[in-house]
Amino acid sequence: MNKQELKEYLAKTFPTTTIEENTDFVVMRINKDELLAIASQLKQNKETLFDFLFCQTAVDYQPELEVVYMLRSTTFQHEVELKVTLTERDNANVDSVTSVWKAAEFFECEIFDLFGIKFNGHATLRRLFMPEDWPGFPLRKDYQDENVITR
Amino acid sequence: MELTNPKLEVNEPDEEFVINVGPQHPSTHGVLHLEIKLDGEQVLDVKPNLGYIHRGIEKISESLSYKQFTYLTSRMDYLSAHINNQGCALVVEKGLEMEIPERAKVIRILMAELTRIASHQLWWGALGLDLGAVSPFFFAFREREEILEVFEETCGYRLTMNYITPGGVMQDLHPEFVPKVKKIMAELKNTMKEYDRLLTGNIIFQKRTQGVGILTKEDLVSLGITGPIARASGLSCDVRKHSPYEGYEKLDFKEILATTGDSYTRYLVRLEEMKQSIYIVEQLIDNIPEGPYREKTKAVIKLPKGEFYQKVETARGELGIYLVSDGGSKPYRLKYRTPNFSNLQALKPMVIGSKIGDLVAIMATLDLIIPDIDR
Repeated sequence: MNKQELKEYLAKTFPTTTIEENTDFVVMRINKDELLAIASQLKQNKETLFDFLFCQTAVDYQPELEVVYMLRSTTFQHEVELKVTLTERDNANVDSVTSVWKAAEFFECEIFDLFGIKFNGHATLRRLFMPEDWPGFPLRKDYQDENVITR
Repeated sequence: MELTNPKLEVNEPDEEFVINVGPQHPSTHGVLHLEIKLDGEQVLDVKPNLGYIHRGIEKISESLSYKQFTYLTSRMDYLSAHINNQGCALVVEKGLEMEIPERAKVIRILMAELTRIASHQLWWGALGLDLGAVSPFFFAFREREEILEVFEETCGYRLTMNYITPGGVMQDLHPEFVPKVKKIMAELKNTMKEYDRLLTGNIIFQKRTQGVGILTKEDLVSLGITGPIARASGLSCDVRKHSPYEGYEKLDFKEILATTGDSYTRYLVRLEEMKQSIYIVEQLIDNIPEGPYREKTKAVIKLPKGEFYQKVETARGELGIYLVSDGGSKPYRLKYRTPNFSNLQALKPMVIGSKIGDLVAIMATLDLIIPDIDR
């Protein structure tokens, strides 16, 4: 499917989501509770077959945090971007998608480490880069460290 | 069998034990720590511990301008430095909706393909070394040195290039570049036959790698693996073919695909990729267009508000650069989807069930660059 067809198809199949478009991807904004159900549908659906999670990350938009999933279908080569907005900054958590795509295992550990977002149902969630007892989450915009020089 | 000497009965037959490889270990080619759970010689589980060379490149980039942040990417996958810089330049140009001169595009492809050859040469030498063969290392470095000399003449550096910038390249090609590259390519075609005689046809090498470390296509799709590792298991994922950039669509080259997915196949795929890169360089080296090598950019680049994603094919797979801009002169958020970070996850399905002695051989065919994992 090309970008326009994919956009129409997703809007028709998932009416509860908001479909947008940017320079590179069709973007689907998903409610936090629906993520896991929609993720496994996107993977199994014969029309989409999004079986390849090539990137997962988070962005701090102060005060809300946003988790970004980038998916590709190895059969059709089309791509989609999923976005989940998390409003609870102190207790940010979202369902883990490791049961759908195993690639999420490291990505989610990295996001947990650097953004402090918990992934429910992740079996081996740990701080990947920073020491276990490191205070704060470095990639958040409100992170303070006297050794970090900002200009 | 009954043991007459009770002293021989030391371990319980099903006793597990853990050994640590790294963080300082020659086989990891960097600071990677592996916790390996063993039953006798058999690997039961492997857990990588990362972060020994985490420099926070993504965080630092948030306080650097769009002309500066590219320099840090040379320090991620240092063997693909040109290609990393190219990706950064492309993402900024995408944001600016800027066209760069044809000459700059051709120079960039030439540099990228020479980088790929040099990177695979180092991998080839190090693979031999990891398996106990010392000579390949010297053969590989003999040719790699010549490519690095060409880089040094044009770019001024040998490892962290910082040559490709938004708008084009830093400076024009050295006058000696074209004749030297032609000479290197002609020689390399001959020396690649030596590579075959040294390792490819070597019976000991074949026994150590054939049927070892098999990765299935289902596993690698689920784990998000790209690059020669994925192509050796039959996944077509070459970014240069699927979403071409800088004019790769005009070039004639093949995407190397195989289906076996063992260490030996990964080895063959990389060797064939080197030959394809030589072919690409030969197509371009006589056809470098005249004209400017750089489009002038503003002193302070400001990208429009929004997000941009650019992927390029490095020597190890897909490098994705996800840039979020808030309209200012610095990136709001930068995420590097580095190939090695995902490819490291392939280690577990590959080594479980194999012997500890094969672990090093399998790791060598994964071709991990640790600073690219930790960033």
